[in-house]
Amino acid sequence: MEAEAAKYIGAGIATLGMGGAGIGLGHIFGNYLAGALRNPSAADGQFGRLIFGFAVTEALGIFSLLIALLLLFAV
Amino acid sequence: MANDPIHQFHITKLIPIEIGGLDLSFTNSSLFMVATVVTAGAFLYLTTASRGLVPSRLQSVSETSYEFVANMLREAAGTGGMRFFPLVFSLFMFILVANMLGMFPYFFTVTAQIIVTIALAMLVFSTVVIYGFWKHGLKFLGLFVPQGVPGILVPLVVVIEFVSFLSRPISHSVRLFAVMLAGHIALKVFAGFIVSLGALGPLGIGTAVLPLLMVIALTGLEFLMSFIQAYVFTILTCMYLNDALHPSH
Repeated sequence: MEAEAAKYIGAGIATLGMGGAGIGLGHIFGNYLAGALRNPSAADGQFGRLIFGFAVTEALGIFSLLIALLLLFAV
Repeated sequence: MANDPIHQFHITKLIPIEIGGLDLSFTNSSLFMVATVVTAGAFLYLTTASRGLVPSRLQSVSETSYEFVANMLREAAGTGGMRFFPLVFSLFMFILVANMLGMFPYFFTVTAQIIVTIALAMLVFSTVVIYGFWKHGLKFLGLFVPQGVPGILVPLVVVIEFVSFLSRPISHSVRLFAVMLAGHIALKVFAGFIVSLGALGPLGIGTAVLPLLMVIALTGLEFLMSFIQAYVFTILTCMYLNDALHPSH
């Protein structure tokens, strides 16, 4: 296989990892919303934790995006 | 190359300095680190220099950021953690201002360099290790033995805890670095679409509106991420410092 082709295939495969981050973010926001609708008065107090969980999970998706971008432009 | 999305991260030497084979040149990265420190320092100093009992708008920005970090630290590490407040507040302001400065067109993003973020993460990591051993001695190793674990599982749990402790500076630094790098590359990639579509003639210019809207949305998201990543880096620092202060789980 040509190295150039392998690079593009690798970048494509690397982006699949973002799907996992998508599932995780769905869980986070879905569960937050479910909890917030059950007890709206406690929702504001948990917003910081929501954002924290969002950022930590989202970073994992960014890692695979980073690998894809580095394969496309830096390797 | 105007279309190379990686070009913005290239380090160029502004003042070449070499001491004994060590390359200590003053680069564009150093320049923006100095700019970050000067901006953060000057902002905090000037807005609080003429303190009023009723704060002006800018003074309340300084006071809010102080309170924000102080509350974060108190919640995560208790009142004993306040001795680390100068470190934590400096980290927060440095990362926040560096991220925000990086959002200006043609400005260099310091936090998109792995060497900068890993230096910050190693600073936190070594603070935790040195302070933990200095304060608690060998009891600090109790950090690796969570309470309430059945005896047979203890060796396994200790290994897992130890590896996760050692990998902290890596995940701590790569998170900030990767988010800033990927965000800026994504902005450049979509901006590149506008240029290539615009070169196609009238129809291309019409469709170029789509990536333009995307770039605007991404810019907003990047400002949000600049703040959130500074917040996350700081709150993780607080949690790690909590381990140094209270090592037994």
